[in-house]
Amino acid sequence: MKNIRNFCIIAHIDHGKSTLADRLLDFTGSVTAREKQDQLLDSMDLERERGITIKSHAIQMDYEYEGEKYILNLIDTPGHVDFSYEVSRSIAACEGALLIVDAAQSIQAQTISNLYLALENDLEIIPVLNKVDLPSANPEEVTDDIVDLLGCNPEEVIHASGKTGFGVDNILEAIIKRVPAPKGDPDAPLQALIFDSVYNTFRGIETYFRVFNGEIKKGQHIKFVATNKDYYADEVGTLKLTQVAKQSVKTGDVGYLITGIKTAKEVKVGDTITDYAKPTTNIVEGFEDVKPMVFAGIYPVDTEDYEELRASMEKLQLNDASLVFSPESSAALGFGFRCGFLGMLHMEIIQERLEREFDMTVITTVPNVSYHAYTNKNPDEAFVVNNPSDLPEPSTVNRVEEPYIKATIITKADFVGNVMSLCIEKRGIITNQTYLTPERVELTFEMPLAEIVFDFYDRLKTVSKGYASFDYHPIGMKPSKLVRLDILLNAQPVDALSALIHADNAQFIGRKMCEKLKELIPRQQFDIPIQAAIGAKIISRETIKALRKDVTAKCYGGDISRKRKLLEKQKKGKKRMRQVGNVEIPQQAFMAVLKLND
Amino acid sequence: MAGIYIHIPFCKQACHYCDFHFSTSLKKKDELLQALIQELVLRKGELKNISVETIYFGGGTPSLLSINELKLLIDSVFKNYTVVENPEITLEANPDDLITVQGQSKTIFEEYKSIGINRLSIGIQSFFERDLKLMNRAHNAHEAKDCLTLATKYFDNISVDLIYGIPGLTNNEWIENIDTVLAFNIPHISCYALTVEPKTALESFIKKGLIDNVDDDLAQEQFNILVDKLEANGFVNYELSNFGKSNYFSKNNSAYWQGKPYLGIGPSAHSFNGDQRSWNVSNNTKYIKSIQLNELPREVEILSKTDKFNEYIMTGLRTIWGVSLEKVEENFGITYKNHLLQQAEIYIKEQLLYIEKDNLLTTKKGKFLSDGIASNLFKINLI
Ligand SMILES: Nc1nc2c(ncn2[C@@H]2O[C@H](COP(=O)(O)OP(=O)(O)OP(=O)(O)O)[C@@H](O)[C@H]2O)c(=O)[nH]1
Ligand SMILES: C[S@@+](CC[C@H](N)C(=O)[O-])C[C@H]1O[C@@H](n2cnc3c(N)ncnc32)[C@H](O)[C@@H]1O
Ligand code: SF4
Ligand SMILES: [Mg+2]
Repeated sequence: MKNIRNFCIIAHIDHGKSTLADRLLDFTGSVTAREKQDQLLDSMDLERERGITIKSHAIQMDYEYEGEKYILNLIDTPGHVDFSYEVSRSIAACEGALLIVDAAQSIQAQTISNLYLALENDLEIIPVLNKVDLPSANPEEVTDDIVDLLGCNPEEVIHASGKTGFGVDNILEAIIKRVPAPKGDPDAPLQALIFDSVYNTFRGIETYFRVFNGEIKKGQHIKFVATNKDYYADEVGTLKLTQVAKQSVKTGDVGYLITGIKTAKEVKVGDTITDYAKPTTNIVEGFEDVKPMVFAGIYPVDTEDYEELRASMEKLQLNDASLVFSPESSAALGFGFRCGFLGMLHMEIIQERLEREFDMTVITTVPNVSYHAYTNKNPDEAFVVNNPSDLPEPSTVNRVEEPYIKATIITKADFVGNVMSLCIEKRGIITNQTYLTPERVELTFEMPLAEIVFDFYDRLKTVSKGYASFDYHPIGMKPSKLVRLDILLNAQPVDALSALIHADNAQFIGRKMCEKLKELIPRQQFDIPIQAAIGAKIISRETIKALRKDVTAKCYGGDISRKRKLLEKQKKGKKRMRQVGNVEIPQQAFMAVLKLND
Repeated sequence: MAGIYIHIPFCKQACHYCDFHFSTSLKKKDELLQALIQELVLRKGELKNISVETIYFGGGTPSLLSINELKLLIDSVFKNYTVVENPEITLEANPDDLITVQGQSKTIFEEYKSIGINRLSIGIQSFFERDLKLMNRAHNAHEAKDCLTLATKYFDNISVDLIYGIPGLTNNEWIENIDTVLAFNIPHISCYALTVEPKTALESFIKKGLIDNVDDDLAQEQFNILVDKLEANGFVNYELSNFGKSNYFSKNNSAYWQGKPYLGIGPSAHSFNGDQRSWNVSNNTKYIKSIQLNELPREVEILSKTDKFNEYIMTGLRTIWGVSLEKVEENFGITYKNHLLQQAEIYIKEQLLYIEKDNLLTTKKGKFLSDGIASNLFKINLI
C-alpha cells in the first residue's frame, strides 16, 4: 500500500491534461507503440473529435523509481464548467492532484475552481506549468502567478510539456515523493467508494471504486450501502488500458467491479461498497446528486420514433447519470421528453450522442432554467417551472423567482470594459474586481443563470477576442419579471417555439426571433406570417414570402424518373423538418433564440 | 397505342444551357445509324400487340440527318412494328438546317413530306440576336424568322420552341417574341424557362459572374405574360410548357404525361412500358459497341406502386387533365386517395390546387409551383 499513489489531473479546459496523461502513460510503458494515439484516454468518438474531455477516465500505471515498484492510479478529468461535478467525484478517490496550468494562458477560471475543490478534499497539489514548448509561453510570469495562487515555492512548480514529454520524469518523481500513500486498514471490513460507473453493452454496468479499508475479492458477497442492495462480485480487477481481472483489489487501490447490474440507477456515485456479512461502520461521505441547470424538450423528428427515443435516452443515461428526463408532450411536436442538463455544452453533447450512437434525429426546443412560481392562491409554496407551458396564467401568479449564479470571469485588462458591459446587459451585478496581475483581471458577478443560456458564451468570446474564461456556481433564487414569449406561424401558436424570458428583453428577443425564423424557415408555396406575442399582444411580425417558381420547365420522357427521384428526395429531406400546421420548420429553428446575434 | 422516340445524338455546336446527350463530332454518324436500326430490330418484340401511333425524331439535332438517312429509319420502324395509318411523325429541326439549300429540285420541306414527316418542331428559342449569342445557338435572328416564313408554306403542323427567363430578356422583348410566333399562325408552341443545368457552360458563366443568374421572379412574370397572351389567342396550356390549338397537342409528348408506353431508341433514350422505365447509355461509342453485340445498353427500373403514384401526381399536376381521383382510387386504392386529399388540403386552402369534376388540378397561381406541390403530395416509403 505504501507504494500506491492515487492522483487526478485537474486544470482549466484545454490546458493539456489529456495530452500530459498520454506522456505519463508513454513514459511508464503503460501503452505499447501500437496502442498509442493522441489524447488516448478520451475514448469517446465525440471527445476525440471535439478535442475535449467529457468524462473522467481512470487508468493504472506501473512505475519503478529508485529500485522500488509503484502503482500509480491516474484519473484524467474534464475541464469544462458543465462537467465540474466529474472533477469532484474524481478528487474524492485521490490523495493528490496535478494542477496543470498552460504556460501561455496562465491561471483561468476553472484553474481556480478546480484547485479549491481539491483543497477542500485535502489533496496534495502538485502545480505543473505545461506547454513550456510554446513560443508564446511565459514561464517566469506564469510561475509567479501560480506561486501567488498556491502560496508555494517557485521550485515546487514543475515545468513540463505534454507535447515534447519534457518534465514528465520530474512529475512522476513528485507524485511518488509528494503525494501521500493511501492510508487504511487492510484487515478492517471492506469499505470502498464508488466514484464512477460506465455502461458496457456486453458486461452491463462497470462500477469504478477506490478501496479505503479492507479488500474486495472476486466472488465476495457485497452490499451497496445507500441503495441497500447486495450482489456478488462476479469480477474485480484493476484499470489498465484494458481491464485486468484480479482475485482481489486491496486497500488503497483503484479498481472496477462487475456484478451483472444492468441499470445505472442502482449504482450511485458516492455510495459505499462493503461486505454483506461484515459491513463497515465507516461510511465514506457521499456527494450530492448532480442538479441539472438547464432544461429543454427533446422530441423525435419523426413522431413514430418516440418509443425508440425513450429507449435511446435510457441507454444514454446508463453512462451519463447526470442526464435526467421525464415525458412531456407538445401540441406542435407530439410526445417527447423534458430533459435536464448540466449546461449548454452538455445539452449539445447529449443531442449529438443521440444522433451518433443511436441514430436518433431529434428536435431540441428552446432551453430554459428552472423557475419557481408562487400563485396568489398559494403564495408560500413554490411551483417549479421547467417548461414554458408550466408557467401559470399571469393573472394568477403572485411572483416568480429565478436561479442566480456567482460568475467568475478572468480576462485581459483591455477587455474589462467590454466584459462588464456584456454582463450588465445580461442583468449582472459586479461584486468584485481583482487584478491578478497588471494585465489580468478577475471579475465576479451575480447574474441570472437564464442569461447564460441565451448566447452568453459566444458573446463573451467575441467581446474578449477569446481571452476570457468563465466559471460559475449557483447561489440561490431571486425575484424575477418573467414572461412567456409565444410564436405564431400562419396564425397558429407553436408551443415548442415558446420561450421564458425576462420582461425587459421581450421586445428585443421577440423581434429577433421573428427575423431569425424568417431566415431559417424555408420559403414555401404560400406566404407564412410569423408573429411574436406575449399573451394576446402581438409584439413583432414578419412574413416569409411564397416561392415564385418551384417547377422545372422541361419534362420529357427521359426526365420523369430522374425528376421523381429528385422530388422524393426533397420530400424525404423534409422529414428532418417538423410540419407544424402547414409550415415546415427545420430542426435548428427551434433553437433559433439561442443564436439571435449570428 | 404507343410511341417511338428516336434520339439523334449530334449537334453542330453545343448550346450553353443544354444538358441533353449529343456529340459535336459526326465521325461515328454512319455506325450510329446502323446501331439505331439494329436496336429497332432487337426491340421489336417489346411492342408486339401494340401499334405505333407516333414517331418522334428528337435530339440532339435530327435535322442534321439527310433525307435518305431519315427515310432509312422510318422504313425500319414500318418494317419491324405495326404502325397505325397516318402516324404523327415529328422531326425536331434547327433553323439553320432548314434554310440551307439542300436538294435542288425540291425544298427540304417537300423532301421531309415525301418521307412521311408531317410535323416539325423548330428550335427558335428567341428572335433576338443577343439571346441567341448568349445561348450559343447556331442560327441568327434572321434565320429564325426566315425559316418560319418558309416552313409555314409547306407545313401546317408546326411547333416552335421558345425560351424565356433569359438573363437580359425584358418583358417587352418577350412579348415581342410571342407576337412574332403568333404572326406566323403557328398552332403549337413550347416555351421553357431557361434552366441552369449542372455542369453546363451556362452554369459556369453564371458562377464566374460573366452572366447574371436567372431570376425566378422574372421567369414567373414572363410565364404569366405567356399564358395570358396565348390563351387570348386560342391556345390551350395543356401542359406547363406546352400550348396548342385544339387538335394540335403533341401526341408524342402527351404520352409522357399520360403514362402511355413509349419506346426510346438511341443513346440516352428512355423507354416506358407501363411497369418499368429503362434508359440507354448516354455515350455514342458504348451504345454502338453494345448494339453491335446485340446487347441492349440499358438500365432498367421496375416501378413500385408508390413510384407510379408519385409519377402520376408529378406529371398529372403539369397538365390540364390533372390527377383523376377516380383513377387514383382505382389504380392505387383508397389509402392513396385519402393520403392525396389530406396532403392537398392546405394547397386547396391556399388556392394553389382545386378539385373539379373529381380531378385535382393546379390553379393559375399553382402551376408554376407544381413540382414543389407534387413533392409534398408524394407518398414516401421508408425502406
Ligand atoms: N504546444 C503544446 N500543445 C499542447 C501541449 N499539451 C496539450 N497541447 C494541445 O492543447 C490542446 C488541448 O489539449 P488536451 O490535452 O486535450 O487538453 P485538456 O486539458 O485535456 O482539455 P479538456 O479535457 O477539454 O479540458 C490540444 O490541441 C493539444 O495538442 C503542450 O505541452 N504543448
Ligand atoms: C433537347 S432540345 C432539342 C431540339 C433542338 N436540338 C433545338 O435545340 O432546337 C429541345 C428544347 O429544349 C429546350 N431546352 C433545352 N435545354 C434547356 C434549358 N436548359 N433550359 C430551357 N430550355 C431548354 C430548348 O427550347 C430546346 O429547343
Ligand atoms: S439545344 Fe438542341 S441544338 Fe442546342 S445543344 Fe441542345 S440539342 Fe443541340
Ligand atoms: Mg482532456
